Order: sequence, then structure tokens, then C-alpha cells
Amino acid sequence: MEKSKSLVDRLNAVNEYEQQPIPNNKLKGWGSFLGTYAGEHTAGTEFVIGPLFVAHGASAIDLVTGLLIGNILAVLSWAFLTAKIAVKTRVTLYYLLEKIAGKKFTFIYNLVNAGLFCFLAGSMIAVAATAVGIPFDMAMPQLTDIYPNSMGWVITVFVVGAITTLIAMLGFDQVSKFAMVASPWMIMIFIAAALAVLPRLGVTDTGSFWSVAESTIWTGVPLDGQSKFGFWHIMFFAWFCNMAMHIGMADLSLLRYAKKWEQGFSSAAGMFLGHFIAWIASGILYSLFLIESKGSLTFAPGPIAYSAVGAAGAICVVIAGWTTANPTLYRAGLAIQSINPKWKTWKVTLFVGLFTTIAACFPALVMRLLEFVALYGLILMPVGAVIFIDVYFLEKLGLKSNYAEVKGVQLNWAVASTWIITLSFCLLLNLIFGVEIFFLGLPGWFVAVVVYVLASKLNQKK
Amino acid sequence: MKLLLKITSFIGLGLSIVPAILVFSEHMEPSTCKQLMFLGTIMWFATAPSWMIKKEAASED
Repeated sequence: MEKSKSLVDRLNAVNEYEQQPIPNNKLKGWGSFLGTYAGEHTAGTEFVIGPLFVAHGASAIDLVTGLLIGNILAVLSWAFLTAKIAVKTRVTLYYLLEKIAGKKFTFIYNLVNAGLFCFLAGSMIAVAATAVGIPFDMAMPQLTDIYPNSMGWVITVFVVGAITTLIAMLGFDQVSKFAMVASPWMIMIFIAAALAVLPRLGVTDTGSFWSVAESTIWTGVPLDGQSKFGFWHIMFFAWFCNMAMHIGMADLSLLRYAKKWEQGFSSAAGMFLGHFIAWIASGILYSLFLIESKGSLTFAPGPIAYSAVGAAGAICVVIAGWTTANPTLYRAGLAIQSINPKWKTWKVTLFVGLFTTIAACFPALVMRLLEFVALYGLILMPVGAVIFIDVYFLEKLGLKSNYAEVKGVQLNWAVASTWIITLSFCLLLNLIFGVEIFFLGLPGWFVAVVVYVLASKLNQKK
Repeated sequence: MKLLLKITSFIGLGLSIVPAILVFSEHMEPSTCKQLMFLGTIMWFATAPSWMIKKEAASED
């Protein structure tokens, strides 16, 4: 039992004081949160998301306004939802969820989370492979590829996957420290790469940037086979791409160390360096690639960054992909291990690494990253809505909060039914009414709130 | 020694961005920029871990 609990603890990056107030001397200041958010959100995914906006035909004005408003909404969500609850409860998501929903639900939640982690890590292994394959003249994946396109690609992915898995098996402390060191340098490389290619796009001074941006970079015309993205797509994507972290409450684990809830606003560092500057920078690089390759459908961040700033760019892609994949893989391994704590960590991580590497061989994981990221947030969102209502409103409605703990139940059916009904509702909106995945999070959250209140009333009446 | 390492790191970080600005303002060739950025990368990763990771460990204590 003790061992099982320690595994759940280890799922959090910060794994102390889960069930007791954090001592005042352990609370962290603004600098710590600004650095953490800036580092976490300038990562391998940024090399894919910016170019995919270009591929989906975002116009310059839609991109800039959509990112501005979406990122502001994301920061407000972190501050007013996650940080307020984090400072009020001072516990991790997993501990809070166990009190509200019960051990069985938390177990299922961990498994779902682990599966999603595997696919996210897989996409980052694939991104790193595009840079590793440069010296070997490897055939790069195409935007429309679903299956592996060459033996060289499979071998490269397996080499990158094997190294990533091996390091994850040894623990991820050193990798997270390395990621911290790499973070300021990566931000510089993103900005430098975009600046260095602007003259090749026809931008000769800052005054000519906007006209080139509108006419050449973000033309508003999607590539063949890609859906058209407008302002609302970009705004909702920017808001919800980290939905699991803010509205879904995963960042309770991080923000419970904040001295005051206002430190939730430090997420702005990640949003505006990573999800604004880095997305714009990687979009510029991809746009140049499209022009110089005469509309090639090849989609490979490694060669694109290499073409812009040489070896530093290729190294940046490898490090960005690797530092994102590694801790993600490690956390997925721990979540899987919670099934049976007697399993050796290294064996579980090896299995998870193999599964992730096989998944990484399929380029669809990278090409559909926007949809995957949106799905990731959507699946975990109902849990955040449950926590929000449980912490603020359930007692005011005459109901018991932390029901699983109070009643000593393993599974709170009100939470389970909220999860199932909310996701079914979102699926129906998508299948019957054709609502795209990027827009499902908002109505889904309100449905989750209503269902949880009603289900709690029914459940607690019994 | 620590100060020297920090200075080297920040020169490396500078070499990762300043050459690109010079390319943008058409004061440097892209090939030179690529070489300097690679040099900056080596300087950063050769020196920054020694003082950044130590600082983090100390602040955790």
C-alpha cells in the first residue's frame, strides 16, 4: 500500500508534502514559476504546431489576434482556476482526485493519462528523428503520411526511441535539469532562426514584415488536403492546447507551491515565449521551406531548422524533442506501474518505451498533432470541472465535497458518470453536428459542471 | 572561476542570437551566422550546466 502511494506521488514532478501543508520555506517565488513555465512551453511541440497553422491556411491577422486572445484566456484560466484552487488546497491533482472520486477512479484516470503521455512522447521522438536523420539523407515524412515511408525512418525512430527509453529507465532528474539549461538557449534559437530567414522571404526591415506576413507567410490558403483554420480555430487551440494543465487542473501539483494565487499569471511567460513567439517563428521557417521547395508536402522540422541556422537548428530540434519526450515517457511508465507496484520500474519503462517508439514510427502522430493535443485536453477536462465544483460549490449546495474520502468509497459514481456523459456529449457534437474537436472543450466544461452537480445530488441522496 | 563560466555562457547565448540579427540587417552572411551559432551552442552547453544546475540544487536545499 505504501509502495503504491509512493508511485502516485512520483507521478508529480514535485513529490513532497502531498498530504500535508507545504512549509512556508518551501513555497516558491515568481522567478521559479516564470522559469518553469517558459521552459515547459518552449519545447519540441512548438516545432510542429507553428508550421501546422501555416499548413492549415491561417491568415496573418487571424494568427496574431487568435494567439493573443487565446493565450490571454489560457493565462487567466491558470490564474483564476488552477492557481486559486492550488493555493486553497495545497495538494496535488492526484491526491485531490482520490479524495473526491476514489482510488479506483484515480487509477483509471492515471491509465488514460499514461496512454496520452505515450502518444505525446511518440510524436516528440518522431520530431527528434527528423533532425537525427539529416546526415544519413533519410527520406523525410510527408504531411499526408500515416504509415512509415521508409526503412531508414523506422531505424532512425527506433534509435532515438531506444536512447530516450534508456535514459528514462535511469530516471529523469538529470534530463529535467538538462532541459532547464537548454531552455534559454532554445528560445534564442527559435527567435534567431526566424530572424535569419526573414531576408529570404523578402523582409528587409521591420516595416516590411507585416506585408510579407500577409502575402507570403500566412497567406490564408490551406495546403492540399488540409482543413482551413480561421480566427476561432487558433484562439480556441491556443486556449485549450494545455487544457489538461489549467482547466483540467494537472498544474495543481506545480502551483500548490505558489506563495499567492497571483503567481498563476507567471504562465504568461510560457504562453508568450512558447505559444506566441516560438509558434510564429516556426511558422516562418516552414513557410520559407514551402516556398523554396515549391510546395513540397515534406514535413520535417529537423531539416527546416538546419536550413535556417545550420547545426544549431538541428541540435535544437533534437534537444527540444528529446527533453519533451523523456520526462513524458518516464511519467507514463510510472502511471502504468500503478497497476502493479511490484513490477520493476525499469521493465515497465522499457515496455512503455517500446510501445511509444512503435507509435512514433507512424508520422500521423506528428501530422495530426493539433487534433491530438486538443483531444488530450478534452479527455482530461471533465476532471477539472469536477474539482472546480467540488472545491467551491458543492457544500454551498448542501452536498458533501470530497465524497469518496468522507464515505470511504473506492469509486464516486458522480465523477465517473460526469466523465462518461461529458465525453459522450462531446463525441455526439462532433459526429452528429460536425463540431470540430477544437471547439468541444467549452460546451463540454459546462455540461460537466451541470452533470456533476446533478449526479452528486442523486448519488448523495442514496 | 564561476564568474568566468557565466561570462562564457552568456557570450555563447549572445552568439546564438546576435549573428541572426546581423543576417536580418544584412551585415553578415548566413554561412558565418551558422558557424557562430554553432560555436555559441557549444559554449553554452559546455559552461551553463556547471553553474545553472548547481544553483538549482542549492536553491532546493
